[in-house]
Amino acid sequence: MKKILALTLAAFMLIALAACGGNTPSGSDDEPDYSFADGDQYEHIGGKLNILNWGEYIDEELIAIFEEETGVEVNYMEMTSNEEMLIKLRSADCVYDMCFPSDYIIEKLIADDLLLPLDMDKIPNAKNIAPRMLEITNGFDPGNKYSLPYMWGTVGILYNTTMVDEEVDSWDILWNEKYSGQIWQYDSVRDAIAVSLLRLGYDINTRNADEVNQAKDELIKQIPLLKGLGTDDIRTSMKNNMAALAVIYSGDAFDACTENEDLAYVVPKEGSNVWFDNVVIPKSAQNVEAAHAFINFINDANLAARNTEYIFYSSPNQGAIDLLDEEFRSNEIFNPSDEVLARCSVFHDLGDFVEVFNNAWSEYHAAMRK
Amino acid sequence: MKRKVLAYPYIVWMILFIVIPMFFILYYAVNVNGQFDLTKFWDTLKDGGKWTVLVESIDIALKTTAICLLLGYPIAYILSGMKKSVAGFISVLFFVPMWMNFVLRTYAWHAILEYVIPGVRGFLGLEGSVLMVLVYDFLPFMILPLYNTLSKLDKSLIEASRDLGANSVTTFLRVVLPLSVPGIVSGITMVFIPAITAFTVPVLIGNGKYHLYGNEIELAFKSLSGQGDFAVGSTLSIILLISVLVSTLIMNHFDKDQQTGGQMW
Repeated sequence: MKKILALTLAAFMLIALAACGGNTPSGSDDEPDYSFADGDQYEHIGGKLNILNWGEYIDEELIAIFEEETGVEVNYMEMTSNEEMLIKLRSADCVYDMCFPSDYIIEKLIADDLLLPLDMDKIPNAKNIAPRMLEITNGFDPGNKYSLPYMWGTVGILYNTTMVDEEVDSWDILWNEKYSGQIWQYDSVRDAIAVSLLRLGYDINTRNADEVNQAKDELIKQIPLLKGLGTDDIRTSMKNNMAALAVIYSGDAFDACTENEDLAYVVPKEGSNVWFDNVVIPKSAQNVEAAHAFINFINDANLAARNTEYIFYSSPNQGAIDLLDEEFRSNEIFNPSDEVLARCSVFHDLGDFVEVFNNAWSEYHAAMRK
Repeated sequence: MKRKVLAYPYIVWMILFIVIPMFFILYYAVNVNGQFDLTKFWDTLKDGGKWTVLVESIDIALKTTAICLLLGYPIAYILSGMKKSVAGFISVLFFVPMWMNFVLRTYAWHAILEYVIPGVRGFLGLEGSVLMVLVYDFLPFMILPLYNTLSKLDKSLIEASRDLGANSVTTFLRVVLPLSVPGIVSGITMVFIPAITAFTVPVLIGNGKYHLYGNEIELAFKSLSGQGDFAVGSTLSIILLISVLVSTLIMNHFDKDQQTGGQMW
């Protein structure tokens, strides 16, 4: 009896294994090209480079090539929120030589005097960054002295065209009772409150407590309509047709739309947030030389193209965009028009007013169950 | 002397990983940016919304405990009456799922509740689902102490009760139930405390819509960036620690009462 059981179990496991094996992606047509666009040469630098970045936010092949070229040992670490990064960079024993925070956090880091000005002479590839991007990043890093854009995108609505009949062009649809239980809200204080502020016609960087509280009340009214409050899980859920509408970052939307033809993404007419993750060097960095070399390295047009193909987020690197396939370049999610960008604004650091946002966010969460 | 020496490694462990962290929590609760500052501490204590979350966490923990007790007691009772070998085999079946990591099991429930019935748009984000998965996770912690107590119960007491003319209901209510109170108490403690601090289940099964006290603490430490949020999170942790301590004391009290009562028999 036991033997039969064991055999059956083993057979099941084999079948499961075979099923998994059959699932491997069908492989790209040819080996990706990781050569330098300008035939750059890197000198031996050595030492260690501690990088703090978001999860799955670099093509790891790049790190291996960099290590080989420069002899630097890269120590790559990940985090899940801007606030977490801020806490780590503020701590007295900060060990990072480089990290990739977003716009409003960079503004705060500059204000707190925690960043090293970049030495542009050591980053000749910075010339590849599109001027229209530097114009926007200038808003939170005046003169683009402390940071260079790494990835960017918009926030918008991802929706399933088989479930939503009407035209989606306004944040208002996320409060439509017709879609009760099928709406995803984004679990991040600035993003969720921004959606509500925009719908009410307010500025996403408002310093008016009444406006923030009004936005919070609207979010609380939305709770019964929500499928959930998520981050990375939203993309999977939308891909599998498990929800109709979602607040999402353009990079995740691009990835989801590529895999599920029924999905579409829109940046609503009331405007939205355009966000940037820029690369910065903390003042406490130990290997400044290697950090600059790495920034130059990832801004090589060809390598930046490989990187953006891997991450699926929009690249600010014009050189890279020019090298990409048509499906990337002409995609409105990946490469939005100036018209869309014109109605988007970046988040700014709110200083002490952030307390008002945080309190609103805590109250919103406390209202979740009822 | 020698026996004392054997306790030293654990004392060192306890100081490093229990006592010192408690001091850290206390320190962060009353310090903002390295300065002694009680404002965040008092603000948190006065924040009604946070108390609501605590009450709701206690509410769902009580529901979980009650369901576990109602489901677990009959099973443990039936098991204790079976032959040792059969009972052993069946109780192994209860514990097989526990060989797998708790978070993995919760992920499995996430997938089951979301996808298992085609065409229906999932069961995630509902109070019933959260409650069910909590019961699923903690039921073995209820059954095991109950089974232990009930199977060690002196059978001659039951026979004596029957000899003296009590029917099976009276025997159960006046002999078996009072004698199994220690098992009930440790079962309740082992379910109630992890349930009140539940954190993964509300996130994964509640789709983030379900906000319990553990999630409130995470919110303060990880998702907000205000200057004093470590103080808020630490204060919340202290409140939770005290709540757990109080509930343990209450349970111990019941246990003691019952033990003296038991001696009277």
